[in-house]
Amino acid sequence: MTLRQGFPPLTLTATGLACRRGERVLVEGLDFAVEPGRALLLKGPNGAGKTTLLMTLYGAIRPAAGAYAFEGADPDGPPFLHLFGHQSAVKPRLSLIENLSFWLSVNGSGGLDPHAALDAVGLGPLARLDAGYLSAGQTRRLSLARLLVTPRPVWLLDEPTAALDTQGEAMVARLIEAHLDAGGIAVAATHLPLPIGAARVAELRLGS
Amino acid sequence: MKPFAAIIARDVRLALRSGGDWLTLVLFFVMVGIVVPFAIGPDRELLARLSPGIVWIAAFLSSLLGLDRLFRADHEDGTLLLLRAADLPMSLVVLAKVIAHWLLTALPLIAATPLLAVMLAMDMATFLKAVLSLLVGTPALVALGAVGAAVTVTIRRGGLIAPVLILPLAIPVLIFGVGAISTGPGPDQSGTALLLLAAISLIVAALSPLAAALAINSSED
Repeated sequence: MTLRQGFPPLTLTATGLACRRGERVLVEGLDFAVEPGRALLLKGPNGAGKTTLLMTLYGAIRPAAGAYAFEGADPDGPPFLHLFGHQSAVKPRLSLIENLSFWLSVNGSGGLDPHAALDAVGLGPLARLDAGYLSAGQTRRLSLARLLVTPRPVWLLDEPTAALDTQGEAMVARLIEAHLDAGGIAVAATHLPLPIGAARVAELRLGS
Repeated sequence: MKPFAAIIARDVRLALRSGGDWLTLVLFFVMVGIVVPFAIGPDRELLARLSPGIVWIAAFLSSLLGLDRLFRADHEDGTLLLLRAADLPMSLVVLAKVIAHWLLTALPLIAATPLLAVMLAMDMATFLKAVLSLLVGTPALVALGAVGAAVTVTIRRGGLIAPVLILPLAIPVLIFGVGAISTGPGPDQSGTALLLLAAISLIVAALSPLAAALAINSSED
Protein backbone atom coordinates (compact mmCIF):
# COMPACT_ATOMS: atom_id res chain seq x y z
CA MET A 1 0.00 0.00 0.00
CA THR A 2 1.45 3.34 -0.97
CA LEU A 3 0.26 6.57 0.57
CA ARG A 4 1.78 9.07 -1.80
CA GLN A 5 5.01 9.03 -3.65
CA GLY A 6 7.47 11.81 -3.47
CA PHE A 7 7.54 13.84 -0.33
CA PRO A 8 9.94 16.78 -0.61
CA PRO A 9 13.26 15.39 0.58
CA LEU A 10 13.55 16.39 4.19
CA THR A 11 16.37 15.64 6.60
CA LEU A 12 16.14 15.94 10.34
CA THR A 13 19.42 16.85 11.99
CA ALA A 14 20.18 17.51 15.63
CA THR A 15 23.42 18.86 17.01
CA GLY A 16 24.17 18.85 20.71
CA LEU A 17 20.45 18.71 21.42
CA ALA A 18 19.42 18.73 25.09
CA CYS A 19 15.82 18.34 26.18
CA ARG A 20 14.26 19.36 29.42
CA ARG A 21 11.01 18.58 31.15
CA GLY A 22 10.18 21.44 33.47
CA GLU A 23 13.52 22.46 34.93
CA ARG A 24 15.07 18.99 34.67
CA VAL A 25 17.35 18.21 31.75
CA LEU A 26 16.55 14.63 30.72
CA VAL A 27 18.77 14.08 27.70
CA GLU A 28 21.71 16.05 26.45
CA GLY A 29 24.40 15.98 23.81
CA LEU A 30 22.27 14.28 21.17
CA ASP A 31 23.67 14.25 17.65
CA PHE A 32 21.73 12.48 14.96
CA ALA A 33 20.53 12.80 11.41
CA VAL A 34 17.53 11.13 9.84
CA GLU A 35 17.53 11.11 6.06
CA PRO A 36 14.52 10.70 3.77
CA GLY A 37 13.19 7.17 3.81
CA ARG A 38 14.78 6.39 7.17
CA ALA A 39 13.47 5.86 10.66
CA LEU A 40 14.97 6.62 14.05
CA LEU A 41 13.90 4.41 16.94
CA LEU A 42 14.20 5.87 20.42
CA LYS A 43 14.96 3.28 23.07
CA GLY A 44 15.37 3.58 26.77
CA PRO A 45 13.71 2.92 30.13
CA ASN A 46 10.61 4.77 31.30
CA GLY A 47 11.43 8.34 32.12
CA ALA A 48 14.49 8.41 29.90
CA GLY A 49 13.08 11.33 27.92
CA LYS A 50 11.69 9.65 24.80
CA THR A 51 8.41 11.56 24.88
CA THR A 52 10.20 14.75 25.86
CA LEU A 53 12.50 14.42 22.85
CA LEU A 54 9.50 13.88 20.56
CA MET A 55 7.70 16.89 22.01
CA THR A 56 10.85 18.94 21.51
CA LEU A 57 11.03 17.89 17.86
CA TYR A 58 7.31 18.69 17.54
CA GLY A 59 8.05 22.21 18.75
CA ALA A 60 5.97 22.07 21.93
CA ILE A 61 9.02 22.24 24.21
CA ARG A 62 12.01 24.46 23.61
CA PRO A 63 15.37 22.67 23.58
CA ALA A 64 17.49 23.30 26.68
CA ALA A 65 20.61 23.49 24.53
CA GLY A 66 21.71 22.69 21.02
CA ALA A 67 19.44 22.76 18.03
CA TYR A 68 17.58 20.64 15.53
CA ALA A 69 16.45 21.42 12.02
CA PHE A 70 14.32 19.94 9.28
CA GLU A 71 16.52 20.69 6.31
CA GLY A 72 14.64 21.11 3.08
CA ALA A 73 11.41 22.20 4.75
CA ASP A 74 9.70 25.33 3.50
CA PRO A 75 9.22 27.50 6.60
CA ASP A 76 6.24 29.29 5.01
CA GLY A 77 4.75 26.15 3.52
CA PRO A 78 2.08 23.92 5.03
CA PRO A 79 2.92 22.03 8.23
CA PHE A 80 5.02 18.92 7.63
CA LEU A 81 4.76 17.18 11.03
CA HIS A 82 2.43 14.50 12.29
CA LEU A 83 2.41 13.66 15.97
CA PHE A 84 0.94 10.35 17.12
CA GLY A 85 1.15 10.43 20.89
CA HIS A 86 -0.50 9.07 23.99
CA GLN A 87 -3.47 11.38 23.71
CA SER A 88 -5.88 10.21 21.05
CA ALA A 89 -7.55 13.58 20.28
CA VAL A 90 -10.66 11.55 19.49
CA LYS A 91 -14.04 13.04 20.40
CA PRO A 92 -16.28 10.34 21.87
CA ARG A 93 -19.49 12.06 20.77
CA LEU A 94 -18.53 12.20 17.11
CA SER A 95 -18.67 9.20 14.84
CA LEU A 96 -15.45 7.71 13.49
CA ILE A 97 -15.93 9.28 10.10
CA GLU A 98 -16.76 12.68 11.62
CA ASN A 99 -13.63 12.55 13.74
CA LEU A 100 -11.52 11.76 10.74
CA SER A 101 -13.21 14.26 8.42
CA PHE A 102 -12.51 16.98 10.97
CA TRP A 103 -8.78 16.27 10.83
CA LEU A 104 -8.97 16.08 7.06
CA SER A 105 -10.47 19.58 6.88
CA VAL A 106 -8.11 21.02 9.47
CA ASN A 107 -4.86 19.41 8.30
CA GLY A 108 -5.48 19.45 4.57
CA SER A 109 -6.23 16.73 2.05
CA GLY A 110 -4.08 14.87 -0.42
CA GLY A 111 -3.92 11.49 1.26
CA LEU A 112 -6.43 8.72 1.58
CA ASP A 113 -10.14 9.34 1.55
CA PRO A 114 -11.48 9.04 5.16
CA HIS A 115 -13.35 5.81 4.41
CA ALA A 116 -10.26 4.31 2.78
CA ALA A 117 -8.15 5.39 5.76
CA LEU A 118 -10.58 3.66 8.14
CA ASP A 119 -10.36 0.52 6.02
CA ALA A 120 -6.57 0.75 6.15
CA VAL A 121 -6.56 0.70 9.96
CA GLY A 122 -9.22 -2.00 10.10
CA LEU A 123 -12.15 0.12 11.27
CA GLY A 124 -14.01 0.38 7.96
CA PRO A 125 -17.30 -1.27 9.07
CA LEU A 126 -17.57 0.99 12.14
CA ALA A 127 -17.47 4.32 10.27
CA ARG A 128 -20.85 5.52 11.55
CA LEU A 129 -20.36 4.43 15.16
CA ASP A 130 -19.75 7.00 17.90
CA ALA A 131 -16.05 6.95 18.75
CA GLY A 132 -16.95 6.68 22.45
CA TYR A 133 -17.85 3.00 21.94
CA LEU A 134 -14.38 2.07 20.72
CA SER A 135 -11.94 0.05 22.78
CA ALA A 136 -8.55 1.53 23.69
CA GLY A 137 -6.87 -0.25 20.79
CA GLN A 138 -9.55 0.80 18.32
CA THR A 139 -9.24 4.40 19.49
CA ARG A 140 -5.52 4.22 18.77
CA ARG A 141 -6.27 2.87 15.31
CA LEU A 142 -8.69 5.73 14.65
CA SER A 143 -6.06 8.18 15.83
CA LEU A 144 -3.56 6.54 13.48
CA ALA A 145 -5.93 6.96 10.54
CA ARG A 146 -5.46 10.72 10.97
CA LEU A 147 -1.90 10.32 9.68
CA LEU A 148 -3.17 8.67 6.52
CA VAL A 149 -5.71 11.27 5.38
CA THR A 150 -3.11 14.06 5.31
CA PRO A 151 0.27 13.10 3.89
CA ARG A 152 3.11 14.77 5.74
CA PRO A 153 6.79 13.85 5.46
CA VAL A 154 7.62 13.65 9.16
CA TRP A 155 5.96 11.24 11.58
CA LEU A 156 6.70 11.55 15.29
CA LEU A 157 5.36 8.41 16.92
CA ASP A 158 5.19 7.93 20.66
CA GLU A 159 4.65 4.26 21.53
CA PRO A 160 2.74 3.71 18.28
CA THR A 161 1.94 0.11 19.15
CA ALA A 162 0.62 0.77 22.67
CA ALA A 163 -2.76 -0.92 23.28
CA LEU A 164 -2.65 -2.60 19.87
CA ASP A 165 -2.95 -6.35 19.29
CA THR A 166 -0.36 -8.28 17.31
CA GLN A 167 -2.20 -7.63 14.04
CA GLY A 168 -2.24 -3.94 14.97
CA GLU A 169 1.51 -4.00 15.55
CA ALA A 170 2.05 -5.54 12.14
CA MET A 171 -0.25 -2.93 10.64
CA VAL A 172 1.71 -0.07 12.24
CA ALA A 173 4.95 -1.55 10.93
CA ARG A 174 3.43 -1.82 7.45
CA LEU A 175 2.22 1.78 7.53
CA ILE A 176 5.59 3.06 8.70
CA GLU A 177 7.29 1.07 5.97
CA ALA A 178 4.96 2.53 3.33
CA HIS A 179 5.61 5.97 4.73
CA LEU A 180 9.37 5.49 4.48
CA ASP A 181 8.99 4.07 0.96
CA ALA A 182 7.29 7.30 -0.03
CA GLY A 183 10.34 9.23 1.14
CA GLY A 184 9.05 10.28 4.53
CA ILE A 185 10.94 10.08 7.80
CA ALA A 186 9.79 8.67 11.13
CA VAL A 187 10.99 9.11 14.67
CA ALA A 188 9.40 6.51 16.93
CA ALA A 189 9.69 5.81 20.64
CA THR A 190 8.91 2.16 21.04
CA HIS A 191 9.96 -0.84 23.08
CA LEU A 192 8.76 -3.30 20.48
CA PRO A 193 10.96 -4.31 17.61
CA LEU A 194 9.48 -3.04 14.36
CA PRO A 195 9.98 -5.49 11.52
CA ILE A 196 11.28 -2.87 9.10
CA GLY A 197 14.40 -3.43 7.05
CA ALA A 198 17.29 -2.99 9.48
CA ALA A 199 19.29 -0.99 6.97
CA ARG A 200 16.84 1.87 7.14
CA VAL A 201 16.46 2.00 10.89
CA ALA A 202 18.81 3.69 13.29
CA GLU A 203 18.55 3.34 17.04
CA LEU A 204 19.09 6.01 19.62
CA ARG A 205 19.52 4.87 23.19
CA LEU A 206 18.46 7.36 25.86
CA GLY A 207 19.02 7.41 29.58
CA SER A 208 21.90 4.93 29.76
CA MET B 1 -11.56 28.94 5.07
CA LYS B 2 -12.37 25.24 5.16
CA PRO B 3 -10.42 24.39 8.34
CA PHE B 4 -11.86 27.51 10.01
CA ALA B 5 -15.43 26.49 9.25
CA ALA B 6 -14.68 22.89 10.24
CA ILE B 7 -13.63 23.94 13.74
CA ILE B 8 -16.79 26.02 14.26
CA ALA B 9 -19.00 23.22 12.91
CA ARG B 10 -17.33 20.60 15.10
CA ASP B 11 -17.62 22.67 18.28
CA VAL B 12 -21.28 23.43 17.64
CA ARG B 13 -22.01 19.79 16.82
CA LEU B 14 -20.22 18.55 19.94
CA ALA B 15 -22.08 21.00 22.17
CA LEU B 16 -25.46 20.11 20.69
CA ARG B 17 -24.79 16.38 21.11
CA SER B 18 -23.65 16.61 24.70
CA GLY B 19 -27.00 18.21 25.36
CA GLY B 20 -27.72 20.22 28.44
CA ASP B 21 -24.25 21.59 29.00
CA TRP B 22 -24.88 24.92 27.35
CA LEU B 23 -28.46 25.07 28.64
CA THR B 24 -27.22 25.35 32.23
CA LEU B 25 -25.68 28.72 31.40
CA VAL B 26 -28.99 30.00 30.05
CA LEU B 27 -30.71 28.71 33.17
CA PHE B 28 -28.14 30.45 35.34
CA PHE B 29 -28.72 33.69 33.41
CA VAL B 30 -32.49 33.45 33.89
CA MET B 31 -32.09 32.45 37.55
CA VAL B 32 -30.13 35.59 38.36
CA GLY B 33 -32.95 37.61 36.85
CA ILE B 34 -35.53 35.68 38.84
CA VAL B 35 -33.67 35.91 42.14
CA VAL B 36 -33.16 39.68 42.08
CA PRO B 37 -36.85 40.64 42.41
CA PHE B 38 -37.07 38.41 45.47
CA ALA B 39 -34.04 40.11 46.97
CA ILE B 40 -35.04 43.73 46.41
CA GLY B 41 -38.80 43.39 46.63
CA PRO B 42 -41.61 43.68 44.10
CA ASP B 43 -41.22 47.43 43.52
CA ARG B 44 -41.80 47.59 39.74
CA GLU B 45 -40.40 51.09 39.35
CA LEU B 46 -37.20 50.26 41.19
CA LEU B 47 -36.84 46.99 39.24
CA ALA B 48 -37.29 48.75 35.92
CA ARG B 49 -34.66 51.29 36.91
CA LEU B 50 -32.19 48.58 37.95
CA SER B 51 -32.99 46.22 35.09
CA PRO B 52 -30.16 47.26 32.68
CA GLY B 53 -27.60 46.62 35.37
CA ILE B 54 -29.17 43.33 36.39
CA VAL B 55 -29.37 42.02 32.82
CA TRP B 56 -25.71 42.83 32.28
CA ILE B 57 -24.56 41.36 35.59
CA ALA B 58 -26.45 38.16 34.75
CA ALA B 59 -24.90 38.00 31.27
CA PHE B 60 -21.48 38.92 32.64
CA LEU B 61 -21.49 36.19 35.29
CA SER B 62 -22.86 33.47 33.06
CA SER B 63 -20.38 34.14 30.28
CA LEU B 64 -17.52 34.17 32.80
CA LEU B 65 -18.69 30.84 34.21
CA GLY B 66 -18.65 29.16 30.81
CA LEU B 67 -15.15 30.35 29.97
CA ASP B 68 -13.23 27.41 31.31
CA ARG B 69 -14.90 25.16 28.77
CA LEU B 70 -13.45 27.05 25.82
CA PHE B 71 -10.17 25.10 25.55
CA ARG B 72 -10.39 22.61 28.42
CA ALA B 73 -11.77 19.57 26.57
CA ASP B 74 -9.49 20.07 23.58
CA HIS B 75 -6.50 20.40 25.87
CA GLU B 76 -7.30 17.28 27.86
CA ASP B 77 -7.68 14.93 24.91
CA GLY B 78 -4.67 16.31 23.06
CA THR B 79 -6.60 18.04 20.27
CA LEU B 80 -5.15 21.44 21.14
CA LEU B 81 -1.61 20.05 20.88
CA LEU B 82 -2.32 18.60 17.44
CA LEU B 83 -3.97 21.82 16.29
CA ARG B 84 -0.57 23.48 16.65
CA ALA B 85 0.41 21.63 13.49
CA ALA B 86 -2.88 22.31 11.71
CA ASP B 87 -2.99 23.98 8.34
CA LEU B 88 -4.10 27.29 9.83
CA PRO B 89 -2.43 29.56 12.37
CA MET B 90 -3.33 29.09 16.04
CA SER B 91 -4.82 32.59 16.14
CA LEU B 92 -7.43 31.53 13.59
CA VAL B 93 -8.08 28.33 15.55
CA VAL B 94 -8.76 30.54 18.58
CA LEU B 95 -10.97 32.88 16.56
CA ALA B 96 -13.00 29.93 15.25
CA LYS B 97 -13.42 28.57 18.77
CA VAL B 98 -14.39 32.03 20.05
CA ILE B 99 -17.08 32.34 17.38
CA ALA B 100 -18.41 28.87 18.18
CA HIS B 101 -18.35 29.66 21.89
CA TRP B 102 -20.25 32.90 21.31
CA LEU B 103 -22.88 31.07 19.25
CA LEU B 104 -23.28 28.47 21.99
CA THR B 105 -23.16 30.58 25.13
CA ALA B 106 -23.97 34.20 24.30
CA LEU B 107 -26.64 33.76 21.64
CA PRO B 108 -28.87 31.55 23.84
CA LEU B 109 -28.59 34.18 26.61
CA ILE B 110 -29.75 36.88 24.24
CA ALA B 111 -32.61 34.65 23.15
CA ALA B 112 -33.59 34.25 26.81
CA THR B 113 -33.60 38.00 27.48
CA PRO B 114 -37.40 38.33 27.02
CA LEU B 115 -37.85 36.18 30.13
CA LEU B 116 -35.71 38.58 32.13
CA ALA B 117 -37.50 41.55 30.62
CA VAL B 118 -40.80 40.22 31.98
CA MET B 119 -39.35 39.43 35.42
CA LEU B 120 -37.75 42.86 35.71
CA ALA B 121 -40.72 44.86 34.38
CA MET B 122 -38.78 46.35 31.45
CA ASP B 123 -40.64 48.44 28.91
CA MET B 124 -40.38 47.62 25.22
CA ALA B 125 -37.82 50.33 24.36
CA THR B 126 -35.49 49.27 27.18
CA PHE B 127 -35.85 45.64 26.21
CA LEU B 128 -34.84 46.30 22.60
CA LYS B 129 -31.90 48.38 23.75
CA ALA B 130 -30.86 45.59 26.13
CA VAL B 131 -30.89 43.02 23.31
CA LEU B 132 -28.86 45.32 21.09
CA SER B 133 -26.39 46.09 23.87
CA LEU B 134 -25.91 42.37 24.63
CA LEU B 135 -25.47 41.56 20.93
CA VAL B 136 -22.77 44.19 20.60
CA GLY B 137 -21.07 43.63 23.96
CA THR B 138 -20.95 39.85 24.47
CA PRO B 139 -18.37 39.22 21.70
CA ALA B 140 -15.95 41.35 23.72
CA LEU B 141 -16.62 39.24 26.83
CA VAL B 142 -16.03 35.96 24.99
CA ALA B 143 -12.93 37.25 23.20
CA LEU B 144 -11.42 38.58 26.42
CA GLY B 145 -12.31 35.34 28.09
CA ALA B 146 -10.40 33.42 25.43
CA VAL B 147 -7.19 35.07 26.63
CA GLY B 148 -7.90 34.07 30.24
CA ALA B 149 -8.87 30.54 29.20
CA ALA B 150 -5.75 30.15 27.05
CA VAL B 151 -3.44 31.30 29.85
CA THR B 152 -4.98 28.96 32.41
CA VAL B 153 -5.67 25.92 30.24
CA THR B 154 -2.60 24.02 31.39
CA ILE B 155 -3.57 24.45 35.05
CA ARG B 156 -5.45 21.38 36.14
CA ARG B 157 -8.78 22.29 37.72
CA GLY B 158 -8.10 25.93 36.93
CA GLY B 159 -11.89 26.38 36.80
CA LEU B 160 -12.38 29.85 38.21
CA ILE B 161 -8.94 31.32 37.64
CA ALA B 162 -9.72 32.51 34.12
CA PRO B 163 -12.82 34.51 35.17
CA VAL B 164 -10.96 36.11 38.06
CA LEU B 165 -8.08 36.95 35.73
CA ILE B 166 -10.14 38.72 33.10
CA LEU B 167 -12.81 40.25 35.34
CA PRO B 168 -10.95 43.55 35.80
CA LEU B 169 -10.38 43.78 32.04
CA ALA B 170 -14.04 43.19 31.34
CA ILE B 171 -15.31 46.02 33.52
CA PRO B 172 -15.37 48.58 30.64
CA VAL B 173 -17.66 46.20 28.75
CA LEU B 174 -20.00 46.17 31.72
CA ILE B 175 -19.94 49.99 32.08
CA PHE B 176 -20.67 50.75 28.43
CA GLY B 177 -23.01 47.78 28.13
CA VAL B 178 -25.25 49.18 30.87
CA GLY B 179 -24.70 52.69 29.51
CA ALA B 180 -25.99 51.60 26.12
CA ILE B 181 -29.32 50.68 27.71
CA SER B 182 -29.81 53.70 29.97
CA THR B 183 -27.56 56.48 31.11
CA GLY B 184 -29.55 57.60 34.13
CA PRO B 185 -30.42 61.25 34.67
CA GLY B 186 -29.34 63.91 32.20
CA PRO B 187 -29.29 63.84 28.39
CA ASP B 188 -29.61 60.41 26.76
CA GLN B 189 -26.14 59.22 25.77
CA SER B 190 -26.94 55.59 25.21
CA GLY B 191 -26.12 55.88 21.51
CA THR B 192 -22.58 57.02 22.28
CA ALA B 193 -22.16 54.25 24.82
CA LEU B 194 -23.29 51.71 22.24
CA LEU B 195 -20.70 52.98 19.76
CA LEU B 196 -17.97 52.76 22.39
CA LEU B 197 -19.13 49.26 23.26
CA ALA B 198 -18.92 48.30 19.59
CA ALA B 199 -15.42 49.77 19.44
CA ILE B 200 -14.33 47.73 22.46
CA SER B 201 -15.82 44.58 20.93
CA LEU B 202 -14.05 45.08 17.62
CA ILE B 203 -10.67 45.87 19.16
CA VAL B 204 -10.82 42.95 21.59
CA ALA B 205 -12.06 40.50 18.95
CA ALA B 206 -9.19 41.52 16.68
CA LEU B 207 -6.41 41.39 19.26
CA SER B 208 -7.36 38.64 21.70
CA PRO B 209 -6.96 35.68 19.28
CA LEU B 210 -3.35 36.74 18.79
CA ALA B 211 -2.73 36.94 22.53
CA ALA B 212 -4.53 33.67 23.24
CA ALA B 213 -2.65 31.89 20.43
CA LEU B 214 0.63 33.11 21.87
CA ALA B 215 -0.33 31.73 25.28
CA ILE B 216 -1.33 28.35 23.84
CA ASN B 217 1.70 28.00 21.60
CA SER B 218 4.17 28.85 24.33
CA SER B 219 2.59 26.64 26.99
CA GLU B 220 4.51 23.49 27.88
CA ASP B 221 3.27 20.69 30.02
